[in-house]
Amino acid sequence: MNTLPQQLANGLFLGSMYGLIAIGYTMVYGIVQLINFAHGEIFMTGGFGALTVYLALPDGISMWIALPAMLVGGALVAVLIAVGAERFAYRPLRGAPRLAPLITAIGLSLALQQLVFNLYPNAKAARVFPQLPFGPYHLGSVTVQSGDLFLIIAAPVCMAILAFFVRLSRTGRAMQATAQDPDTAQLMGIDTNRIIVIAFAIGGLFAAVAGTAYGLKYGSVSYDMGFLAGLKAFTAAVLGGIGNIYGAMLGGLVLGVAEAMATAYIADVPGMHQLGGQGWAPVWAFVLLILVLLFRPQGLLGERVADRA
Amino acid sequence: MTALLEVEDLRVAYGKIEAVKGISFSVEAGQVVTLIGTNGAGKTTTLRTLSGLLKPVGGKILFDGKPLTGVPAHKIVALGLAHSPEGRHIFPRLSIAENLQLGAFLRKDKEGIEKDVQRAYDLFPILGERRKQAAGTLSGGEQQMLAMGRALMSRPKLLMLDEPSMGLSPIMMQKILATIAELKSQGTTILLVEQNAQAALSLADQGHVMEVGSIVLSGTGQDLLHDESVRKAYLGED
Repeated sequence: MNTLPQQLANGLFLGSMYGLIAIGYTMVYGIVQLINFAHGEIFMTGGFGALTVYLALPDGISMWIALPAMLVGGALVAVLIAVGAERFAYRPLRGAPRLAPLITAIGLSLALQQLVFNLYPNAKAARVFPQLPFGPYHLGSVTVQSGDLFLIIAAPVCMAILAFFVRLSRTGRAMQATAQDPDTAQLMGIDTNRIIVIAFAIGGLFAAVAGTAYGLKYGSVSYDMGFLAGLKAFTAAVLGGIGNIYGAMLGGLVLGVAEAMATAYIADVPGMHQLGGQGWAPVWAFVLLILVLLFRPQGLLGERVADRA
Repeated sequence: MTALLEVEDLRVAYGKIEAVKGISFSVEAGQVVTLIGTNGAGKTTTLRTLSGLLKPVGGKILFDGKPLTGVPAHKIVALGLAHSPEGRHIFPRLSIAENLQLGAFLRKDKEGIEKDVQRAYDLFPILGERRKQAAGTLSGGEQQMLAMGRALMSRPKLLMLDEPSMGLSPIMMQKILATIAELKSQGTTILLVEQNAQAALSLADQGHVMEVGSIVLSGTGQDLLHDESVRKAYLGED
């Protein structure tokens, strides 16, 4: 199953998940210039929210009914935590030096991990997540698992809705204005505090979809699943050009494919045979990040900041 | 009759440094009032406080009979006070049309908004020609036109213009100043901060000279234009 098309597909599935999480980093950064390092944990709580809803539903319920309910439950939890973090942890630090909210974010990240670890029933080990009762599908030489199918449908749908929302709605226009010039946005009558809350909420929503997808894809959720996934999604956001929503999705896909390719093929390169395999995946992800930062620091779709005449 | 804007003993500080030290002035409906003075005199700070971006440490602001102190910036526009900020601050990655639409963010009357967008294009034809273009690609003068057009989109009772001619070519400066004169003749009430004191005083009904946070001299535009100390300090005469 190590064919090139299969690896490409694996990369796109994984990349779709990174992209969904990366949206949260990039939206928040675009509007308040904050790297919300607790976002990986918001993704994790989204997964646990979905699991909780599933466990509360009667045994043997059809996944066609359970999945929408799980998505709603996961979204509710993740959005509440994201918006709560903004209101109570970040907003009081709005005027403070950049380092203060950054450290707060890291603290919040650890706190959320430990809360789930200690308080969620049996969460000290990974908790089994329900599976979609169909698939795998074979398309030529490519095998698509049900969790992957969910991802490649959910990611473009979410992305399209977001793109329309940002470009065409009144609130979306206000978000663009706030991202470009928050003071002047206020002069237009835009309540920028409300816009910031909406940015965190959208990030939480996408993280919850990704958290549920993670459970469906890997068959379990765990209290520490947000650490590496969050870091990689952050990489994806920077890769695509932080602040740019299309860049976040593109960065996710590029990162996913690069990671899949590197894990599968790098060991074939003479002299690098010991560098193959899944354990090295994060290394290649961050090597890619370093290369982008060296040669295109604004990211793939980022703009050079020179437009404030 | 009470004035449209009344500022009384306004004081604004950045940390411990007082930038505006108790100024008082008023603007009557239909008037053009100008604040002139050197850099650091507190003119921009005054405008930013009036529009709610800065919080005063003391004093009173009455606009249309209502106190403005403590009202957040995004609610002040709704009361009829529009601010075209120093440095223009157009939204660079949005189109000209989108920038104008944002000026009318709080309005719901779609037809009226369309009409006013058209009015902005009539006032500044270049904006109409480039309506789909990203605002960041405009020249400085064109950005200034857009900033003024955008401020007018809220149909303000009072239009505050901060340094509209700053950094512009002489031709563009003339064009902007002519537009302000045109707005005045249409009855727009304007509070103008301008480093081109000659031009500002020629346009203004009332003028106030600010120095390090205080108003040191007030009078009609014509009086100040002919005042010897003003001529020496601000009009470049010996």
